[in-house]
Amino acid sequence: MSEQAALTQSSEMDTGADTVALRAENITKVFPGTIALDNVSFNVYQGKVNVLVGENGAGKSTLMKILAGVEQPSSGHIFLEGKEIHVRNIQEASRHGIGIIFQEMTLCPNLSVVENIYLAREVMLRGVMIDKKAQKKQAAELVTRLEQKIDPDAQVSELRIGQQQIVEIAKALAQEVRILIMDEPTSALSATEVEVLFRVINELKSRGVSIIYISHKLDELLQIGDYVTVLRDGKLVETARTADIDVSWIIEKMVGKNPAALFSRQEHTIGDVLLRVKDLTLPKPGGGYIVDHVSFELHAGEILGLYGLMGAGRSDLVDSLAGARPQSSGSIWLNGEPILTRKVSERIQSGIVLVPEDRQRDGLVQTMSVADNILLASLKKYLNRFFLVRKKEKDAVGGMIKDLSIRVANPSQPITSLSGGNQQKVVVAKALLTSPKVLMLDEPTRGIDVGAKSEIFEIMSRLAQEGYGVIFISTELKEVLAMSDRILVLSKGAITGEFSRQEATEEKLVAASAIGHGLAGTANHNGGTNPNERN
Amino acid sequence: MNATNALPAKQSQRITKTSLLQFLLRGRAFIALILVVIWFTWTLWPNFLSAENVVIMSKHVAQNALLAIGMTFVILTGGIDLSVGSLVGLTAMISGMLINEGIAIPAIGLIVYPHTWTILVISIIIATFMGAVNGFIITRFNVAPFIATLGMMYVARGFAGLLNNGYTFANLVGRPELSNTGFPKLGAGEFLGINYSIWLMVIFAVVAWFITTRTPFGRHVYAIGGNERSAELSGVRIKRTKVFVYMISGFCCAFVGLIIASQLVAAHPATGNTFELNAIAAVVLGGTSLAGGRGSIGGTLIGAFVIGVLGDGLVMSNVSSFWQMVIKGMVIVLAVIIDQVQARMQERIALQQQQELR
Repeated sequence: MSEQAALTQSSEMDTGADTVALRAENITKVFPGTIALDNVSFNVYQGKVNVLVGENGAGKSTLMKILAGVEQPSSGHIFLEGKEIHVRNIQEASRHGIGIIFQEMTLCPNLSVVENIYLAREVMLRGVMIDKKAQKKQAAELVTRLEQKIDPDAQVSELRIGQQQIVEIAKALAQEVRILIMDEPTSALSATEVEVLFRVINELKSRGVSIIYISHKLDELLQIGDYVTVLRDGKLVETARTADIDVSWIIEKMVGKNPAALFSRQEHTIGDVLLRVKDLTLPKPGGGYIVDHVSFELHAGEILGLYGLMGAGRSDLVDSLAGARPQSSGSIWLNGEPILTRKVSERIQSGIVLVPEDRQRDGLVQTMSVADNILLASLKKYLNRFFLVRKKEKDAVGGMIKDLSIRVANPSQPITSLSGGNQQKVVVAKALLTSPKVLMLDEPTRGIDVGAKSEIFEIMSRLAQEGYGVIFISTELKEVLAMSDRILVLSKGAITGEFSRQEATEEKLVAASAIGHGLAGTANHNGGTNPNERN
Repeated sequence: MNATNALPAKQSQRITKTSLLQFLLRGRAFIALILVVIWFTWTLWPNFLSAENVVIMSKHVAQNALLAIGMTFVILTGGIDLSVGSLVGLTAMISGMLINEGIAIPAIGLIVYPHTWTILVISIIIATFMGAVNGFIITRFNVAPFIATLGMMYVARGFAGLLNNGYTFANLVGRPELSNTGFPKLGAGEFLGINYSIWLMVIFAVVAWFITTRTPFGRHVYAIGGNERSAELSGVRIKRTKVFVYMISGFCCAFVGLIIASQLVAAHPATGNTFELNAIAAVVLGGTSLAGGRGSIGGTLIGAFVIGVLGDGLVMSNVSSFWQMVIKGMVIVLAVIIDQVQARMQERIALQQQQELR
């Protein structure tokens, strides 16, 4: 805490302009189907923590990847200490002294800690052999500096996620970096590990290292940041000194409008019990439960929100209901009839369908067209004895594109050419065409732009009106609160709270989600990922 | 699709231009085929396009095309079948054994000589069953397709040899008193002046095209190759579908084995050696991605023709067999390189269409 005070002081004492270490000028990046960055100019100040914030899909990660040489900008320039540089790959970036810690882990799980830290930068002995001793010694020093008890010879796959993140950081530190990019470094760290990280960041700052810091946790970035730059929909909104702003300023700039306007919730009547789940259990390999004897009911025309921290078992719960987890057990009744089938295909037929969390990994077939993706789960409907009838297919696709206003020039074009939001709508369309009774949406708004989010909510609301039972998972507290008729909170696989729409508040949800974690209900503005370990 | 029509004339013209280039790239295998045919017609005038030669070439193509059609299904799911050559050999040997030696039943000291049609059916069932074994090992025991079918390649070849201790079953004409004559007709017979094997290729191609484009099964095959997890969560029965594609491949092998044994009127245990490689080459040349999810039966057919015509043409041109291999190898790799270029271009065009929509 004293360090934080010192930090605030020092930034207050800076009167003159800080020197710019790295400048990105007019960067534009076009991806198939979307403009990720639109003419963005961004300054990185010497020896400061330069924070980048924005909603999912605002372009933060893309900007980082461009600075680190992972992606090439479609247009624009990068200047390092006044000289223009071209970083075509990570190796070139690291030659310029730019290091990056990725959001997704980029460690090789099959190699040891030391091997990972020095991967592709091995310390050589007489130019032919790896100097294992020197590597190990240096790695041990790095790990000690990060105040961790990690065996340098341990295989990375044996470490906890938080420890792996620390190794990732050590890997970046092993290079002499002048500019260090950290993309959500704390998302998997525990509270104490975060403190250690902040100490390391302060130490780096004092040595003149410029840091670019991306995070969703607004409190955290106000604590560690010196400058805050807000991105929205690929455009730079504003840059300010941390001393001059507060959390509400950031939220306003991030969302760009009143956040409540996002949610279009129409009133709908709630019907009879549609789905009844009793003692749904998914055992954890090696003892314990991922989903711990969960029982609940879902009514027709009801939007049931599922809230919980990362690793609370929300996704595992809906996956089990969808039939994607053969190890799960428990009883399910749909409209009073017991569901005995265990396969995904059979569950879909009985009317339970899932829109999975990770649409790239689980939701889409990237090699197929938009139309074929939409039809994939309901092909039997377009059969005329043995073959698919083009007209029936076309009608179904056309209807869905219109209903969900999927923006696509031609349904036969590849799914990858669509923007994230439209891809998500395709996954929803695919689920709807199976004529479900229960629709489960796992993080349907992740990584899509604000407009598309609002449309997804509209669709959800409409489905509830039409009498579907909707189960809706989100890590964003505001979304869950705004959309749900009833909210179940999960923690460590068990239901730890149930709130009606009227009762639910952010504080109550957070408190319930923390049960069993041994931490006080510290309200997290973004409802973001929890610093606790995720198992 | 309506959106494209609604665009101003100027824009749609530009699209036509790019789509022409796209058409050329997409039809590259076909264009390559035409070029190869023109080249050999010119250099080998007039022998190359003589009726006699066309028939011989088509017969050669037919065998590889049949195997390649089965292989296309397997590769579309992201798998590979290395056992096809051996299964061809095994089928040939089984049919030969059934004709010449029948089925001995020691318990009652009797030898049963099945009818010719029964022999065909038994051979086909065995090869299809071997394909099912491939699929079963791959799906139930989670063995990589490369390894499972590599194992089958050895096992089937071994059985082919065991059936007659490595010797050939010769003179497969059968005996009228056993009503197992007529086997050579399959290889030599003609309908409307065209060899049966060529008809089989046509029928298989049409049916396979139909299955891949117009049935849920075909769509599932593509989906599995594109993204198995998504396919599974969409309700596709992964294991069942996969077993089925290896069965299709085995089924195709059976026909090729029978055709070869029938044409030669003999079954040799080394029949079909390395045929799997030609089949894979035809599939890849036809634009099917080895990673799965992309490709077509039409492409495979053209690929088989390119390889067949190129091979026969080079033989007729007296090119040394070593140079033949060099040329074939280069053609295959070049085809895949062009494939990558086309894929990237297609992505760009789709992007452009999408941009214009805004």
